[in-house]
Amino acid sequence: MEASENRLYDLTALEKIFKRFEGRKDDILIPLVQSIQEEYGWLPKEALRLAADHFRIPLSKIYGVVTFYSQFYLTPRGKHLVRCCRGTACHVRGSKRVIESVEQKLGLKDGQTSKDLTFSFETVACLGACALGPIMTIDDEIYGHMSPAKVSSLIDEHLRRDKDESANR
Amino acid sequence: MRVQTVKELEELRESLKAAQKYEKEIVVSANATCCILKGSKPVVEAFQSELNKLGFTDKVKLRLSGCLGFCEIEPMVIIKPLGVLYQRVSPQDVPEIIKETVCGEKVIERLLYKDPVTKELAKGMAEIPFYKKQKRLLTERHEWIDPTDIRDYISAGGYTALSKALFYKAPDAIIEDVKKAGLRGRGGAGFPTGRKWEACRNAKSPDGVKYIVCNADEGDPGAFMNRSLLESNPHSVIEGMVIGAYAIGATKGFIYVRAEYPLAVKCCRNALEQAREYGLLGNNILGSGFSFDIEIREGAGAFVCGEETALIASIEGKRGMPRSRPPFPAISGLWGRPTNINNVETWANVPLIINNGADWYSKIGTAGSKGTKTFSLVGKINNTGIIEVPFGITLREIIFDIGGGIPGGKKFKAVQTGGPSGGCLTEKHLDIPVDYESLTAAGSIMGSGGMIVMDETTCMVDVARYFMKFLAEESCGKCVPCREGIDRMLDILTDITEGRGKESDIALLEELGEVIKEGSLCGLGRTAPNPVLSTIRYFRDEYIAHTRDKKCPAGVCKALITFSIDEKKCKSCGKCAKVCPTKAVSGKKKEPYRIDKEKCIKCGLCRDNCKFGAVIVS
Repeated sequence: MEASENRLYDLTALEKIFKRFEGRKDDILIPLVQSIQEEYGWLPKEALRLAADHFRIPLSKIYGVVTFYSQFYLTPRGKHLVRCCRGTACHVRGSKRVIESVEQKLGLKDGQTSKDLTFSFETVACLGACALGPIMTIDDEIYGHMSPAKVSSLIDEHLRRDKDESANR
Repeated sequence: MRVQTVKELEELRESLKAAQKYEKEIVVSANATCCILKGSKPVVEAFQSELNKLGFTDKVKLRLSGCLGFCEIEPMVIIKPLGVLYQRVSPQDVPEIIKETVCGEKVIERLLYKDPVTKELAKGMAEIPFYKKQKRLLTERHEWIDPTDIRDYISAGGYTALSKALFYKAPDAIIEDVKKAGLRGRGGAGFPTGRKWEACRNAKSPDGVKYIVCNADEGDPGAFMNRSLLESNPHSVIEGMVIGAYAIGATKGFIYVRAEYPLAVKCCRNALEQAREYGLLGNNILGSGFSFDIEIREGAGAFVCGEETALIASIEGKRGMPRSRPPFPAISGLWGRPTNINNVETWANVPLIINNGADWYSKIGTAGSKGTKTFSLVGKINNTGIIEVPFGITLREIIFDIGGGIPGGKKFKAVQTGGPSGGCLTEKHLDIPVDYESLTAAGSIMGSGGMIVMDETTCMVDVARYFMKFLAEESCGKCVPCREGIDRMLDILTDITEGRGKESDIALLEELGEVIKEGSLCGLGRTAPNPVLSTIRYFRDEYIAHTRDKKCPAGVCKALITFSIDEKKCKSCGKCAKVCPTKAVSGKKKEPYRIDKEKCIKCGLCRDNCKFGAVIVS
């Protein structure tokens, strides 16, 4: 159920980002792509091409950097990002089973995004809330002491909130 | 408001102290990730609205502190001057706390910490066993400081070390102090900090530019001391960095924080802005003529960037790949200039040394390891959280006295230190002193401070495989032994945990491990085999059980276990059938339930939900 790169995006926001990095040295590459991703949620190929032209950085170099770091995405992301921690403390407290239940619930494997772009799922090396593991996050919300049983209801809750939001609009 | 001289700083401190003289104070641990997770925000809101309602805002100070360490009992509330500590506070408790304790000075017993073993109630922090054996030099100020407000840090005595360093000490004298104090790098390897600084100070830069870096790329899974420190007292790190920069002669600094810590990034950014605004960072700091500024760089999700040459490449905007040393960064680092890199906790120790003197500092700890160390105490342990202990304390004291032992009456099996570069220590190591040398001699390392406790239900082969999988994903791929070797070790371990292992695999793992250690380029590869080698060393019987007998004694490796129901213990309540996601459990009233082995996916939900212990894993 992986998503393809068919989504409209507005490239005018790029101008503003480029301006912020104007005249700086070649060390801007990572903060630059971080800003682009912050704007779009992922890194559209077109945006990277424009960045390469603008700052005269070879596109190959940009590609090298964005594929090296796990934080960068070259495909569109879902509206909600579900992340599970697979750090050591979470692991010994059974995060594997939490991850499996998320995979089952969303029908997604680690790193995938649903076709309708509702959910993306990924595992993270460590979210640093080890004392309260297993940890799961949905967007900006963080949940501790996770169990397979809690996964389903938390995800449903977020879906319900979406529904309420669109109903109120 | 810009502070231009030391005198002005002291005047500011006095006026802040005077302005902070409230009759009563309520401290809520509210500003760190863990407390927020545990629901501190609604508690804070409840306090705010209640204090407003009662018109107490002038009399009672509400201080939103960072991490107080004991994550398990957050949100914590301390009422001063009484010193009462309430645990697991909910918004509903707030009106009662204000009425009874803040106004009436009466203690609400229900909210006190109760020792799970002795059932004794603890009134304040000093009475809670978790805190008793700690030595909190870095973390004790957390309860006095709102990390979002520099004024709290200043009124708690912050930036005194900086003015002392800038006006009363020559750079060489500072380095001498740090050397004499015996401070060693808290990032893991434990290199003497003073010597590192000295090398960087003496190094020639082509244009006079030198850099310092704070390594906050806390990548070890299971470790979060640096996050906690940055979220709770960012200025202690900044102050340490400014002192270090002055001693080394650096004009620019970087804090390299991992992107997985959004709150720590925000907190540092805010702290830097405030430090600049107060003239404690930037041009002509405190009128000393010394100028220095710090920039934040966010990591982008690569464990290897904790290695200093990879970190440098990442700041320079490249793929975060390490290079061979020498030249060491102290000679040629960022953009070819001399660069000094220290860990968050190392920097935070510097003001302590300058303020209290090298002699005072060197009296704490053991012969070779001075001062205190913070650890994240996590895993299968009762009291999870951040602890700060003097070097030389034993693992037993940490795990059983501070940590309160293993939950559920289970047996202690191992403690993992040093993250993916470290190893597992066992029961027989419980009485060795915790310092750099002893842990290394026992086959692990100090590391940055992750301490993951494991009990009898943890499978050591599975843990070893876990680390290899982590490292296989994080290896940057530059050198062959690490890239290919770790993959091979992972393959072998996967085979073993899935029932395809051979007894000869154990020797093969050992041989491969030695080659990877010898041949890899950077610290990641050179230490990568440690989790496997140390578990083979101490838990060989488990490896043999997996390979020869095709059994997983801890009941973890799915291919080697089966689930069944003990007919004698089953009370036919049907809970197991209800929770089973594949409908593998079935049964009737008054008859023991059964598990269909064909349908069972071994998720363990039935075992977790059985109140009678009737689900057997064999």
